[in-house]
Amino acid sequence: MENRPLEYDYSVAKLFMFTTIVLGIVGMLIGVILAFQLAFPSINLLLGEGLAEYTNFSRLRPLHTDAVIFGFTLSGVFATWYYIGQRVLKVSMAESGFLMFIGKLHFWLYVVGVAAVVVSLFMGITTSKEYAEFEWPIDIAIVIVWVLWGISVFGLIGIRRERSLYISIWYYIATFLGIAMLYLFNNMEVPTYFASGGIGAWYHSVSMYSGTNDALVQWWYGHNAVAFGFTVPIVAMIYYFLPKESGQAVYSYKLSLLSFWGLMFVYLWAGGHHLLFSTVPDWMQTMGSVFSVILILPSWGSAINMLLTMKGEWQQVASSPLIKFMVLASTFYMFSTLEGPIQAIKSVNALAHFTDWIVGHVHDGVLGWVGFMIMAALFHMAPRVFKRELYSKALMTTQFWIQTLGVVLYFTSMWIAGITQGMMWRAHDEFGNLAYSFIDTVTVLHPYYTIRAVGGLLYLIGFFMFAYNIYKTMSARPVEENELQSATPMAA
Amino acid sequence: MFHWLEKRPFFFAVAVFLTIAFAGLIEILPNFAQASRPTIGTAPYSTLELAGRHVYIKNSCNACHSQLIRPFKAETDRYGHYSLSGEYAYDRPFLWGSKRTGPDLMRVGNYRTTDWHENHMYDPAGVVPGSIMPAYKWMFTNIADVDTAYAEQLTIESVFNVPYNKPIPMKDGSTSTVALADSLEGAHASALEEAKLVAEDMKNQDVKDAVANGQIPEIVALIAYMNSLK
Repeated sequence: MENRPLEYDYSVAKLFMFTTIVLGIVGMLIGVILAFQLAFPSINLLLGEGLAEYTNFSRLRPLHTDAVIFGFTLSGVFATWYYIGQRVLKVSMAESGFLMFIGKLHFWLYVVGVAAVVVSLFMGITTSKEYAEFEWPIDIAIVIVWVLWGISVFGLIGIRRERSLYISIWYYIATFLGIAMLYLFNNMEVPTYFASGGIGAWYHSVSMYSGTNDALVQWWYGHNAVAFGFTVPIVAMIYYFLPKESGQAVYSYKLSLLSFWGLMFVYLWAGGHHLLFSTVPDWMQTMGSVFSVILILPSWGSAINMLLTMKGEWQQVASSPLIKFMVLASTFYMFSTLEGPIQAIKSVNALAHFTDWIVGHVHDGVLGWVGFMIMAALFHMAPRVFKRELYSKALMTTQFWIQTLGVVLYFTSMWIAGITQGMMWRAHDEFGNLAYSFIDTVTVLHPYYTIRAVGGLLYLIGFFMFAYNIYKTMSARPVEENELQSATPMAA
Repeated sequence: MFHWLEKRPFFFAVAVFLTIAFAGLIEILPNFAQASRPTIGTAPYSTLELAGRHVYIKNSCNACHSQLIRPFKAETDRYGHYSLSGEYAYDRPFLWGSKRTGPDLMRVGNYRTTDWHENHMYDPAGVVPGSIMPAYKWMFTNIADVDTAYAEQLTIESVFNVPYNKPIPMKDGSTSTVALADSLEGAHASALEEAKLVAEDMKNQDVKDAVANGQIPEIVALIAYMNSLK
């Protein structure tokens, strides 16, 4: 029996950390451009009239959402998996040449897939389905990448030393299965080139579902891509990193059981809340609405479990910027999982749907919860992966406050914008005529669009500080002899 | 039970899968056959309209415009009759959108003209002062992809039995048919015939010349599609 601690192999984790940062910058930069385009439409001609086709809002919008979801977030999920997986299963990837090979293949195919997505979306090759814009050749590539990740996950589990699967592993397994099921069913499509005997664009396809059914499948997917991309794997991260960083044990095992199985069962029903007052049958809309409210329970279960993990150790929030990031992430998780159910109530949805309030909701979740948690995870991993102390704690703290301000500006302005617009759309005058023409409800939003753009810009600036901090950690600090074991020691 | 599962990854994964698949089985499957029946008066898209729909999708118009009128007075006042499920029977994919940065377009063909669209797509703020919509000038020079639209028509006819060349009941009791050409050349010819009707009402000389020379700029296809939305 060996007594020395295991040496873990982080080569794949490092690669994905790199794409997390690069694609995060790409996705957020495009987001900031889009935000400024809505406030100042002349920015649609960013690179001149000749390239307007490729720089206008509508062509860039899917690039923003997909870069952030499938670029930044998914890279973060993979990076943390290749880090956490080995450590909680007590096995090194270096022990299996096969898993190392699969891991690297997974990364490089992922990069090829991302490149194909970027090129095709710029060209306007899209199926139009939100977060599933890719045409069938890219869908096939994505399925292959996903299967490779599955082999990595279950392969590592197969050779584990620790018999019991830690909570984070449950969530990674659920992420794998959930996305696999959703993605396959939502992207059922018939390639027209082959079905028509070789006519037209080879990459074009037509959806297997039509109209209302298509909408139903799409939002079952769209909502749960949020569940299994933006919630489940991020919960996996916080269940590992917060206890590790704070030195505290998870507050309650039973609460984690309740929230895991509760989340698995309830989340999938809630997709119908995207289709309230549409042509989808009433009972489905009601189910979507009701289950969305129930969803507060498992969501808050995880969040409260995390916050109570800090019980008795709250001074760490003041002293450690990394704990700040994670506690705020948890708080934003609670916040947006309360806001979402409120918006899913039919009478509120009648006002909020189609407005910027929804955009605000997405962003307090993604910027506040997903973004903060992934950055915190990378901050925790960097010293251990690169065997160097973190470069600057002061920079982290500054970044934290700049980004927090950015998120607050973002969601407050979008609340006001959304509710203003929703109220103006429905306003009637004393004779029962519509009180405002549509353009009135657009021009009134200009100040809020400007504030939102500034909020987004602050978050992006913070992200550049994050990237710089990690870069300097890699390049400017001396290598430590041993892996750093205790809570992240940071230079001032 | 949970401790037992946590030591057995295979059974754990099976349990998770069953838990998450349950909702989809109950919510989605039962509705399928029922919802895809077209309403009276709903017809499949012609070749040119479908090419226009592809232009709409290519430029993610659905990122800012919905095609779903909810059953509220404010919406029916503004956009017309609320949406019915069967009206979407031939929409693959659906284009309901999720955000109204601009107005709904479900029935835009009822209240906007070819002339209005032509000016508006070229310079939105010139038609609607204060508009934040970008201009889409490249649509006046890019050529629409009729081949792919025709390939899609062939596909949906053979795979999903979309009723091309068959009588379709209309609201006034009559029937009408949407023709599907039997060759690619035929499809080009019929799309061009339709394009000429649209171009007649347009003023842009380059677009008129292109159509006269047998080419169909994207804007012509897009307007044909917009005019079909009723």
